[in-house]
Amino acid sequence: MSILSEIPQLMVYGVVEGSIITLGAIGLSLTYSILKFANFAHGDMMALGAFFCLTSLAVLRFLGLEDSPFDPLSFGFNMVAALIIAMALAAATAMILDRFLYRRFRRAGPIILLISSIGSAFILRNVIQFIWGPQPQYYFKAIQISQKVPGLGVRIKPDEFFIVGIAGVLVIFLHFFLTRTKTGKAMRATADNMDLAKVSGIDTERIILWTWAIGTALAAAGGVLAGIENKFITPQLGWHMLLSIFAAVILGGIGNPYGAMAGGMIIALSGEISTAFLSTAYKPAVAFIIMVAVLIVRPTGLFGNK
Amino acid sequence: MESLVGILNYVIFFAITAGIFAMLSLGLNIQWGYTGLFNIGIAGFYAIGAYTSALISGPPPSALDWRTVGGFDLPFIFGLVGAIGVSGVAAFLIGIPTLRLKEDYLAIATIGIAEVIRLVLKNESWLTNSVWGIKHIPSPFHDPVDSMISTFLESHPHLPRWLLDIVSNGYNWLFLFLVLSVLIFLYFVSERMIRSPWGRVLRAIREDESVVAASGKDVFWFKMQSLVLGAMIMGMAGSFYAHYAKFIDASSFEPLYGTFIIWVMLIAGGSGNSKGAILGAFVVWGIWVGADFVTGRFGLAGFREGALRIIIIGVLLEAILILRPQGILGEEKFISKVLRNDRNGR
Repeated sequence: MSILSEIPQLMVYGVVEGSIITLGAIGLSLTYSILKFANFAHGDMMALGAFFCLTSLAVLRFLGLEDSPFDPLSFGFNMVAALIIAMALAAATAMILDRFLYRRFRRAGPIILLISSIGSAFILRNVIQFIWGPQPQYYFKAIQISQKVPGLGVRIKPDEFFIVGIAGVLVIFLHFFLTRTKTGKAMRATADNMDLAKVSGIDTERIILWTWAIGTALAAAGGVLAGIENKFITPQLGWHMLLSIFAAVILGGIGNPYGAMAGGMIIALSGEISTAFLSTAYKPAVAFIIMVAVLIVRPTGLFGNK
Repeated sequence: MESLVGILNYVIFFAITAGIFAMLSLGLNIQWGYTGLFNIGIAGFYAIGAYTSALISGPPPSALDWRTVGGFDLPFIFGLVGAIGVSGVAAFLIGIPTLRLKEDYLAIATIGIAEVIRLVLKNESWLTNSVWGIKHIPSPFHDPVDSMISTFLESHPHLPRWLLDIVSNGYNWLFLFLVLSVLIFLYFVSERMIRSPWGRVLRAIREDESVVAASGKDVFWFKMQSLVLGAMIMGMAGSFYAHYAKFIDASSFEPLYGTFIIWVMLIAGGSGNSKGAILGAFVVWGIWVGADFVTGRFGLAGFREGALRIIIIGVLLEAILILRPQGILGEEKFISKVLRNDRNGR
């Protein structure tokens, strides 16, 4: 089999992976643009979301809620409920973290925030490990077999439609939130110029909390979807994706959620397609090299305008 | 008496490790403390130094190894010089694309480079023996010192137990002496440099790059010198680590030990202060080791103990950032002699 004939299948993997990276990247891009710092704990928030979902599933099962899988999918209503609970819990965690930690550094500048976020990344990852343990955990036991798509020569698992679909729905929600609601517009204004937003009467502290909540909820969703796609979750889940997510954000232009989306897709597709030529172990390296290349050629990113 | 000697031997072991961390922290102090270069890929330079030294001064690959190159069995000094050189060259190459970037981009770029280096260590088995690591790296002067110790012990068969314990640990004394002398040397070099006109340019770059550029200094080139110099010191620490641990693999250069803890050390001690960098390394390493004793008392599962220890260090970092962002010592103020006299009105 030639290398080229593998490419359609790799592109399918790329789109699925890209949906997950996009969810992480949008959240990171939002906090980056409003709080002006690179949040290194973002990946670990994804992992936290994935583990919140695991516990929510267990609680729902414990409460005796019926769970019959939606027909072609390997999970049912409980998974959707657990996903939403996990997003809410992760958002709450981020807001608490901001109140008790990050808020103290608002005047100290972006680098202190950055260092502090590296600290919270290690704290979060190890709190996860402390509570849930380092071994891989599973949302469900069933192993799904991928189905052949007639005419395209690729195999897709039904769950993967769900992953791409959920990511799509969340992105559309975010789009309407940012363009149609007052809070969303205030968020964009704050990202553009915080002082100007303040003098025009926007409560920027409230906007910052909203940003943490939305960005982290999206990250948590990304973590859960990564767990569905990989079939297991570990405390390292988010850290392993962090470089790709940063690459996606920088590629798309910091502060541009639509750019983050495009960046996520480009990074994931090029990572997957590179596996036709390179060892899979170097997939993260491909994302990184693209990122450095973009930083040199066009530091504002493909869609950035600042 | 015996338990006292046991403690003493442990203190030596502790001081060697802390001393190697102090070298890394001094290297970071030049990059971040003096110049404001946000390098969170320390582990990468540390690893390059360790592997270069192991390949130059280590044994040739054994029949069971995947590795096919390296292992020239040269004396330690060649490994050390090689480690310093290769880390410096690596820093130079990394600096070309990244040093023009904003500080947070530099952070992302350096952490990415450290990850790529770790992937190479894990996967390029012909060079690094991948997950099996490089074994039997000789410690400098180990065999002559060891034979001296055993001749001494043979000629004095009736030593008291405690003296015997001290003497048989003699090699570690020598290694500690080696590490500490290098550390003291690095300290004086770094202090001398920061007080020189060159050091003043570095600190000016940290405070405001554009002002330095406007006064006609080549900012990029000064940053490059600082990055390369810091990386050379980190590579040197890697070489000492490889020859002390005698075994290295990719897991020794994970971001936790290779990068994070060193940042905590420098920030705790006081960045921009060489004394602080060294003090921070010893204090934080002490807390890290001490935390092991504390977490061991709760009867937790092994993985929980490990996690709790890292949480303690993380919380320590956040507490320092909130309560004492300048660190224990803080940065020393350097004022020109002329000005100092003026201020005092003399």
